[in-house]
Amino acid sequence: MSGTDAVLIVGAGLAGVQTAEALRTLGFAGAITLLGDEPHAPYHRPPLSKAWLGGEMDAAQLVMRAPEALERKHITLRTGVSVIAIDRAIKTVRLADGSELPYAGLVLATGSTPRSLPLPGADARGVWALRGRDDASAIAQGMAACASSGKALVVIGGGFIGLEVAATARKKGIAVTVLEAAPRLLGRVLAPVLSDWYAQLHRSHGVDLVFNAQIAALETDTQGDVCGVRMTDGHLLPAGLVVVGIGVTANDQLASAAGLVCDRGIVVDVCGRTGDPAIVAAGDCTARRLDDGSLLRLESVQNATEQGKSAAAALMGQERAFTATPWFWSDQYDKKLQMAGLSSGADQWVVRGDMHASLATAGFTVFHYRQGQLIAADSVNASKEHLQVRKLLDARVSPPPERLADTAVDLASLGVAIGA
Amino acid sequence: MANITYIEASGQSTTVNLADGWSLMQGATANGIDGILGECGGSCACATCHCYVDVDRMGELPAASDGELAMLENVAAERRPNSRLACQIKATAALEGLVIHLPEMQE
Repeated sequence: MSGTDAVLIVGAGLAGVQTAEALRTLGFAGAITLLGDEPHAPYHRPPLSKAWLGGEMDAAQLVMRAPEALERKHITLRTGVSVIAIDRAIKTVRLADGSELPYAGLVLATGSTPRSLPLPGADARGVWALRGRDDASAIAQGMAACASSGKALVVIGGGFIGLEVAATARKKGIAVTVLEAAPRLLGRVLAPVLSDWYAQLHRSHGVDLVFNAQIAALETDTQGDVCGVRMTDGHLLPAGLVVVGIGVTANDQLASAAGLVCDRGIVVDVCGRTGDPAIVAAGDCTARRLDDGSLLRLESVQNATEQGKSAAAALMGQERAFTATPWFWSDQYDKKLQMAGLSSGADQWVVRGDMHASLATAGFTVFHYRQGQLIAADSVNASKEHLQVRKLLDARVSPPPERLADTAVDLASLGVAIGA
Repeated sequence: MANITYIEASGQSTTVNLADGWSLMQGATANGIDGILGECGGSCACATCHCYVDVDRMGELPAASDGELAMLENVAAERRPNSRLACQIKATAALEGLVIHLPEMQE
């Protein structure tokens, strides 16, 4: 790609915006067009399940980049535009209105879509998944209706989105039940001891948690509005609002239809490159091929920003690998959970700090080990430890568990003492 | 409500009127001021809304939380005694006329 060609970016979320801005930072002088399928200019998603849902923000506060900031960088934003096909042979994309746009470089930042519940009644009014601003606004309206009518919220899925929605609803005094199919909360991410701690936290705030939940159907009233969740044992949980948070799938259909390799996400290398030298991808829609050959799917702010920068560099013919330690966070009530590394396959856990102190004052970190190697750590109200652990993980330093558990040992000293 | 002046590393100065409850990060992004990213959306999780507040008025601002102090250790530009995260400072009348300087880089 030459410096004056046109770049099209499909998706105006964080990954798309980051790619556009990174291209300018790298000196790209050609046209950049951001195509967003939502009617809104780029906005921040993290507050959607928290302050936005709680009615504590107005739309202007959610703005990620004001239109004038994009204009100054000569980034053209088109909202409400759906791309329906890519023709790689002649390097064009086709829009839903039938028009075609040429590209020299194409960025796929198409995001992800919440999984829907494969059950009767799942499409009833009052059943929502939370992905975009409009979903969150609809859920906020539903919560307001619940608060005034005394109806309950049922959250299906004890993952981050579901638990954040539950916490926000409890702040509004709405009765909340969380249904989780697994035997514990956040089971694929957290150590069992931390899952239990979060269960205790939610129960202390009045959330009813049901584990091993088996749902038969969502029930509707004569108006077609959801009125409850029927369990397989016949029990009915009345509900005025149901929020489904059971994970997402990558939006890889465009790429797949265009013949790009997809495997539960658009397969890219650590530099964001697909198999087509003119096409890169970034963010939730990707599955990143790591050095060991495995594929990693991440849905996070860091993944969107880092892959966006890598994708921009790749279009400019530069290699910028994203191999840093993954990090994530979740805010529930007044607790900030900050996670570093990937915990899958962990076989040993050790706690630093007092997680059995009162819920109000607790601050601690749970470290995950796999075959004796430190692989991840989850900090609750312990941002300093979280950042220190990220440095250890970046440097592939693995202090012995007893050292990390000892609060008298300065974490910052461990990286230096042991070396990388 | 408060008038806040943002001075970018380039010297570009912009004054905006912020309603109570708006963070200084939101004031920058909503008004197209470069130099503040706020990638995490204001969650005190990414350290890309680093700013330097008017030294003389440091004491008028609510103190930084432990979480903010920790994240300030991770800022891209030089951390100074008057470094703060703009997402953690909410506008009130007490901040009227505050001047903040934005660093050259946020990441």
